[in-house]
Amino acid sequence: MNVSDFDMITRILRERSGLVLSKDKAYLIESRLNPVARKWQFKNFDDLASALRLGNDEKLLRDVTEAMTTNESFFFRDSKPFDQFKAIVLPHLINARASKRSFRIWSAACSSGQEPYSLAMILKEAGASLSGWRIEIVATDLSTEILQKAQEGAYSQFEVQRGLPIEYLVKYFKQEGERWMIDPSIRQMVTYKTFNLLEDPMALGTFDVVFLRNVLIYFDQPTKSQVLAGIARNMPADGFLYLGGAETVLGISDSFQLIPGQRGIYGLIPSGAAAAKSAVG
Amino acid sequence: MKTCLVVDDSRVVRMVARKILEGLSMKVVEAEDGQQALDRCDESMPDAVLLDWNMPVMSGIEFLRALRSKADVTQPIVVFCTTENDMAHIQEAISSGANEYIMKPFDSEIIESKFSQVGLL
Repeated sequence: MNVSDFDMITRILRERSGLVLSKDKAYLIESRLNPVARKWQFKNFDDLASALRLGNDEKLLRDVTEAMTTNESFFFRDSKPFDQFKAIVLPHLINARASKRSFRIWSAACSSGQEPYSLAMILKEAGASLSGWRIEIVATDLSTEILQKAQEGAYSQFEVQRGLPIEYLVKYFKQEGERWMIDPSIRQMVTYKTFNLLEDPMALGTFDVVFLRNVLIYFDQPTKSQVLAGIARNMPADGFLYLGGAETVLGISDSFQLIPGQRGIYGLIPSGAAAAKSAVG
Repeated sequence: MKTCLVVDDSRVVRMVARKILEGLSMKVVEAEDGQQALDRCDESMPDAVLLDWNMPVMSGIEFLRALRSKADVTQPIVVFCTTENDMAHIQEAISSGANEYIMKPFDSEIIESKFSQVGLL
């Protein structure tokens, strides 16, 4: 790929999704976009680049953006965040929301659905302690294609063996030929929506818990700040934000601080939250 | 260092599993069938068993039942690793005392993921 094509494609990706790619990721662009070139029946990558340069085919631009922003996922990824959810977040919500008996969780950039379904299984396991509660899990992604897969809840043998405890496979999946289908009772707990993280999340409503794991790493500094400010504005004072193990809010947001002793979980700083709210008037 | 007994009648599978498990800092002992595996356990009980289902002499499920019936021993974690990939086999394995279940083919990521889940890593 020549420099001019690289610059053109990275500009498209940055503008449309916030994804920032350095020059050493040129190989990633080619490996992800070659299948798109084939699907669109271009002779080669150069022809795809020429079509992109015209910039007038919205569907092609969307396909390219989705191919570059779709990332692999697996059930109970990294396990610790889900242990913390069970041990700290859920007991807090059960106690703090006892009067209204409801809370909302956002799984942002949910890819093929393993994260929201992992949360749904945990909530299902909580059983009686959440009986009569109204709990919403909203899962979003930029890619409509990946959301269709998530919504279908069909996984390969390989996918159900990465992170999913065997007793959950037995309890919450049904085998259909080569595929493992998630139980409708779990599937119905998750609402999927197409959403671009560059947009204001106000449209999605407020969330008590936000899972934004391994997403910020793809954004530049101003975009990271913008995304976190949006989340802070739409979160109650005792809300929880999950980031990936290698991510931080340091230098990006004055709204969140690490919950002491809980790697990867952040809470709102009262003054920061106030500042964020006043910034939008 | 934790010890894992790899039980499989295929030398190739044992070799691949050994390589993966040694990469996860485990000591590996091998057995070719369920009976040999029981003998190994009598000599020295491992921390974990990676267990095939279909083997000559004694199958994996027969080995597991015999192992779980042993009293006064520290029971190892047992992870099935088999081509039997239907729900009926999985349920039978769990009800017989398996802790986890891997459907072949497997790779290092699946072994690592399953071994972490059961607290071996």
